[in-house]
Parts: sequence; structure tokens; C-alpha cells
Amino acid sequence: MNPEELLEIAERVVGWGRDGEQIEAVVGHGRETEVRVYEGEIESLSVAESQGVGIRVIADGRQGFAHAGTLDPDVLEETLAEARDNAVFGSPDEFFGLAEPDGVAPPDLDLYNEALLKFSTEAKIDMALELERAVQAGDPRIVGVESADYGDVVGADAIATTTGIRSSGRDTSCYLTAYSLASEGDETQTGFGFSVGREPGSLDVAEAAADAVERATRMLGATQPPTERVTVVLDPFVTAQFLGIIGGTMSGEAVLKGRSLFADRLGDQVAAASVTLVDDPTNPEAFTASDADGEGLATRRNLLIDRGELKRFLHNSYTGRRSGTASTGSAVRGYSSTPGVGCQALSLEPGDRPPAELIAGIANGVLVQGVSGLHSGVNPVSGDFSTGAEGLRIRNGELAEPIREITIASTLQRMLLDVVEVGSDLTWLPMSSAGVSLVVAEVTMSGA
Amino acid sequence: MIDESVVVGTLSEALRTGGEFAEVFVEDRRSSSALLDDGKVEELTSGRTRGAGIRVVVGETTGFAHTSDLSENGLAKAARAAAAAARGGGGGHRVAALDRVDAPAPNEIEVFPETVAKGTKVELLGRADEAARAAGSAISQVSARYADGRRRILVANSDGLLAGDDQVRTRFAVSCVAVGDTGMQTGFESVGRPIGFELFDEYEVDALARTAANRALTKLAAQPAPSGSMPVVIGPGGGGVLFHEACGHGLEADLVAKQASVFRNRVGEQVAHPEVTLIDDGTMAREWGAYAIDDEGRPAQRNVLIEKGVLTDYMWDLLRARKEGRESSGNGRRQSYQHLPMVRMTNTYLANGTEDPQDIIAATDRGVYVAHLGGGQVNTATGDFVFGMSEAYLIVNGEIGPPIREGNLIGNGPDVLAGIEALGNDFAMGSPGTCGKDGQGVPVGDGTPTLRVASMTIGGTAA
Repeated sequence: MNPEELLEIAERVVGWGRDGEQIEAVVGHGRETEVRVYEGEIESLSVAESQGVGIRVIADGRQGFAHAGTLDPDVLEETLAEARDNAVFGSPDEFFGLAEPDGVAPPDLDLYNEALLKFSTEAKIDMALELERAVQAGDPRIVGVESADYGDVVGADAIATTTGIRSSGRDTSCYLTAYSLASEGDETQTGFGFSVGREPGSLDVAEAAADAVERATRMLGATQPPTERVTVVLDPFVTAQFLGIIGGTMSGEAVLKGRSLFADRLGDQVAAASVTLVDDPTNPEAFTASDADGEGLATRRNLLIDRGELKRFLHNSYTGRRSGTASTGSAVRGYSSTPGVGCQALSLEPGDRPPAELIAGIANGVLVQGVSGLHSGVNPVSGDFSTGAEGLRIRNGELAEPIREITIASTLQRMLLDVVEVGSDLTWLPMSSAGVSLVVAEVTMSGA
Repeated sequence: MIDESVVVGTLSEALRTGGEFAEVFVEDRRSSSALLDDGKVEELTSGRTRGAGIRVVVGETTGFAHTSDLSENGLAKAARAAAAAARGGGGGHRVAALDRVDAPAPNEIEVFPETVAKGTKVELLGRADEAARAAGSAISQVSARYADGRRRILVANSDGLLAGDDQVRTRFAVSCVAVGDTGMQTGFESVGRPIGFELFDEYEVDALARTAANRALTKLAAQPAPSGSMPVVIGPGGGGVLFHEACGHGLEADLVAKQASVFRNRVGEQVAHPEVTLIDDGTMAREWGAYAIDDEGRPAQRNVLIEKGVLTDYMWDLLRARKEGRESSGNGRRQSYQHLPMVRMTNTYLANGTEDPQDIIAATDRGVYVAHLGGGQVNTATGDFVFGMSEAYLIVNGEIGPPIREGNLIGNGPDVLAGIEALGNDFAMGSPGTCGKDGQGVPVGDGTPTLRVASMTIGGTAA
């Protein structure tokens, strides 16, 4: 379905609104293909269409919500009735209210590429097979490719409200991923590689394969080092994962509800001077770029930390209103939930030096190439974190032996202040934050 | 949910272009939840999804399509899409006459959640908020969530299988923030069972809220977690997730077949202390991971994975079992009709031991006592795992000492199994969990008695 058809459905729902009632309808539709190959054969080929609607009702200062996984007309009415009924049981809150047009023009982004629609199923299968072969051939120690996938999505969505919001759009995206197994002696290690784009021509099979091979083979022979305090260099992929968590603490919702470690710190120096953090979904380079947020407001560039100084928090309409400010265009959601607040395309301002030069300046350290259990090991409220890690030892400015079964621990607050330098290698990843090499001092590395 | 004749027609359509095996999975799911946060009932949410997933198998290839259109035409269209995705079969396969076999439910449902007034559900939230705030003046924020779901499924395949299930789950969770001189700390507690609103005859939400609040308050006084390797004692029910992650995943036949498991080719070997028995049991009445049939129509089973320290078997789904010429173990599950099934756990637990838990702690000179583990993850190919400790204490001279702040626990699955040196006689199931694999989440349960592992690495910040 195209965005116009979806907007028509959203408008129809909004048209059912009664006096004194605010209604928001979010409608989405997606068409997906996923090919998985294994040992030269297609293991599975999935094709699917999915759609859904989420309806929010605000009446008498109370809010209710309901969603459904179909757009059948009778279901739309049922869902609205359910949302209305749910609103009766919510607590009243004077700050409830839908977004209202705020005059900010949406950025002109090119998120939809017809070339994807013309790419045949055969060609998708061939690309997945080519990826599998490339991983297999990448190194004699590669003993298996657990999965090699090609996938794509053509998505469209629309939002309409009784307060005058009308927003709709569509986008295309595709990806390649490979999970590899490398073995030497009786030791096995795993790796992964990926490539993402708006159309298949921008996918890079060789790069995805090379990453999968390198990640699996580089840890062969790794050992557990003793516990000590070291300087670490986070690889861009690892930095991006940490940024995602730091971004969560910048949410106006977390601040209002006393769950942000940065509440009351606006204007303070919360990070080293080399840290400038920006959330900018209008940046066309970002894979998560978007012209409208989850409430249909135009996205915008938000400067969060400027040379170490905390400048602002992110808001949706509710948190903006309650904080005495306005939405920053940062409502995030799917059709099955009410809008939250979050980062959409977060990045650090890159520094001047490439990773090799950063490493050359470190006498004793660790290049952290992978972290695991980050979601369970970070408490975004207290800031404590401890995560499983692996990587390479840095000795006298050079990369040395691989190490594994370590954890690195600190607090998010200290980590930001302990940033020594940001690398020049900014790279956008298929997540809501960009990667860049990051040097952090005084991190506890636990091992044997 | 849909007519048997429509099911047969859909399966025939799916096999028309040469498929060897076809399956229709129909799902109708209703859910409702209510969230209280910041002292207010923010919203009630209702959800409804229904649809069908159809798969067709030819040789090594599975074609899959799903649709939310359950009309005869909608299903036929999805059947053709799945068939087109799995082409090139020899043909000649027919749909066997459907034979409806329903497995017994793990337990009865007394009060279906949709029969309970919304106001009654909301009232639970207010009680939890009040109880948590009354637990201490340092409690600065409380959020409580009530959620229920009813999932009706129907599975039919070209082998003639026809089965259905009506799965109800109810859950309640409380999360608190406490503020003190050392900053903010959090505490969490949840309960969930595959039953209806009678869950609250068994559990008082006030008590759950106090537990969550006390966890946060306790941590205000906590010291930084130590770092390095040391003995770890895990409390009853608090560490089942460790064995789910560190051992269970490696015993899933799909990962084993792809050489992505450290337990490959080890059936029959002694992998743990002779007192260690690991079981996955989808039939456990009233436990979070239980069901009557799995998402391929196979009745749930009790599967012994490790018996007296010896690896006895893996867990199987339909396709993986067919290849090996054996039966599925009832572990084929999927998140929804939009997903392909794969091998998943149900309720995975380490069976009871014989020692007095107090003796296990007393015999530990210095180490860490983990009352409650948080989430974690494992690399099944290497066995390496990571877990967050959400409630933990130092053990000093054989006694549980001061609380420690959050940190991670890391180790290796086979090493931990081999390193279990004491098992208590106080078995308990843990909190309801959601297990993620390949992007799909399914409800699972776990359990353990008190146990001691000779050495694990604690990733704290203290020297």
C-alpha cells in the first residue's frame, strides 16, 4: 500500500472523533523478503506483507490506546472503541495531548529507492549465495557459515490527528548478514559481518564477508588476561552500542520521572571537552534518517552535549509540554505502542586522528572489538556498567595478542569524563547511533 | 478458528507445485496491559493480531509466507507464495486426511483475563505503587505493569496432523528507583504464570512491590562489585537463567547441526558432576514456559538433557528431527504467525540436590552470593556467556556479607557445568523470562537449587 492510501485510512479513523476528544491514528504497512542460505542451498525464503494500526484517544484528560494487526474496516472501528474504553481507566494528566503542527518543515530525504522493487527473487538468492561463498573462501580456518542472509523491506506509514497533524512517508531498506565459524585445533570462534543500504546496488558483499571472516579468526588463540586498570580503545561498533545507552539517559521522559543520571545537570560539564554529541535524524548519511518523528512532527538536529557541556534533553509532545518546553521531534514508536522519547540518529563529532594513530600513543591498553551482555550489564539509571568483552592487547603503541573472557566496568558518568580522544573514523551503522573509535582511560578490566 | 475444509484446501494449494511437506499455522492473539508510572496510570493498551503462516518444504529448502487475511482466498494466496519460494520438488505429495489430536493442557484456566473488569486490573497497580513507596522514604520512583494475553493457535500439516491450543498468560512486574548519597539504584520483581487472573489469589501485589523496593534500597548501601575470578554461590531459583543460556542453547539441535554448539558430538559423555541433572519440561503445570502443544502441533514433553552429569540428548523441532529420522521433542516454537518455528526451550531447570544450602554458604570462605541474576547472553559456538547480577552479596568467612552493586558475571558453559561442586536441596523456579533467539522472543521458565560453582569471573570495579 502506498502512503496516500495509508493516510486516507488514518484520516478516516480521525474523522470518527467526537466532540471534546483527541484522536491519533498511526497506520503502517510493510512488505518483506528474507532469504537464508546454508551450504549452497536455500534454507528458507520468506515473503510477507504485514500491516497494522494504533489508535490513541485522549478524553477528559485521560489517555487510552489500542492496536491491531490488520486494516480491515470493522477492526478499525473495534480498535477505536477499545482505545476509547481504555481511556476511561487512565489517570487524568493535564499534560496529555497530541502533537500540534509547529511550523518546522520536514527535511527533504531520499529514503525510497525504486531499484529495490525491481530486484528479482533470483538475484536476492544469488546475492546470499555469493556472500556465503565469499565468507567460506575468506580464510582456510573458516569451517562453517552458520547463516548467510539477504533481506529487504519496503515500508510505508501515515499519521493523522484531530489536532491537524498529517504525515506520511515510505522507505526501502535491504541488508546482508553472515555468521561465520572459524576453527583452529579444538578451538572455535564466531564472527559476523553485514552491509546495509536503501537498494541492493549499495550492498557490499565483499565487505560483509571480510568482516565476518576477520571477526571469527581474530579471536583464535585468545586467552584470559589478569585483572587490571587500563586505557581502552573502543572499536566503532562498540562505541555505537554505548552511545545508544547514553542516548537513553538524554530522554526527557527519563529526566521527568527521575530515572536519568543527568537530571538537574543541564549546563554542567558532564563529559570531556572532546565530546560533542548530536542526535540528527535529518542527516541523509544515517541509516535511521527520517523526515518525521513518531507523532508526525518534522525531525530536527538536536545538540545534546557541546564540548562536554550538557545542552538539552530530547522530548516528545507530552514530555516537552510537561517540562515547559516543546517537542524536539523525538517521539519514537511503532504502531503497536504509544510514543516514547528517544534518539534517532546519534553521533559523536569525529576527531582528527585515525585509529592507528590513537593506538600508537598507548603504552598499555586494550582494543575492545566486541562486547556482550551490554543490555544486562548496564544500569542506565545508576550509570553502573560491566560488560563482557574481547579484543586485542595494545603494548607500546602496537596491537598484540587477542584476549577474551574479560569484562570492562566503570560508570557511564566517569566514562564520559574519562574520554581521552575521539577518532576520525565516523561510520553509520544499522542502528540509531553511529560508530567511531573512542579512547577511554581508567577502565577496570576483570580477567583471571 | 477456520474451517477444516479451508485448511485442507490451503495445504493442497501449498503442495500443488511439488512441495514435499506443507503446514498451516493460524494464530489469534489478544492482549491487554496497563502501566502505572510516576504515580499515574498512564494508559491501558489492548492489542489484537490474527493471521496465518504457511510453510512448504522441498528438499533442504523451506518456503514461508504469512498473511493477516484469513479468508479462503487470502490463505490460498499465501500458500502459493510459500510454494513459489520452495520450488523444484518432484511433486506427487498429497495431503493426508487430517486427524485432530489435542494434547492435555498443562493446567486449567480458572478466570479468563478478558472476563475481568479493567478497573480491577488497574486497581492492582495502585496497590503496588503504594506498597513500594511505603517500603522506604528513599524510594523515588515506581512503575508497575499488568499484562495478560490469550493466544489461540491451530496447526495442520500435510502429514495429517491437526491440533490446537488455547494459551493464556498473566504477568505482573514492579520496578523501583531508590535515591541515596551514592546516586540512584533500581530494583525489580515480577511474577507470571500460564494461568488467568487467579494469579492474584496466589500473589499479593503489595508483597511483590516490597520485594522490588527492598532490592533497590539494599543496593543503596552496596559497595562496588569485586573483579576477578572467585567461587560463586547462586541462590535457589535465582540462577536458572544461567543454565538456560550457558547450557540449554547449546543443546538445541538446529545449532548443533550447524556446528554452532560446544556440545556437538558429546552425547553420552560426562559433562558435569554426577549430581547434575538438567531438564527441559514444557508440561510443567503453571510454569511460564508451559503449553499443551508446541507451534508445530507436537505435544509438550519432559526432556532430560543431562542425567547424572551425562549428556543424554538435544532438543528437537520437526524439520531437524525429520532429517535424523526421529520424533520432535516438542520444542518447535515461534514468536508469532509471522515467524518460522525453530528449536526453543520451555522450562529449563537443574534438578534438586541433597545438601543443606546453609552448609554450602558456610563452606565458602570468600566469594560472591548471587540471589538474583538479570539477563544474559551466550555464544553457543564457544560456550562463553555474560550475565548481569541484579542482587548479589559478598561471602566473607562463610557468611553472606554486604550487598554489592551491579556487575557482570562471565564464564564458559561447559566449564561452569564441570565446575558445579555443590547442589542444595532447596529447588525453586525463577522469574518468568523471555528468551530471544534469531530475533524471536518466546516465554520461558527456569529453576535451580542453591549451588556453588568453583570459579567464575566477576566484572566489578573494585580492585
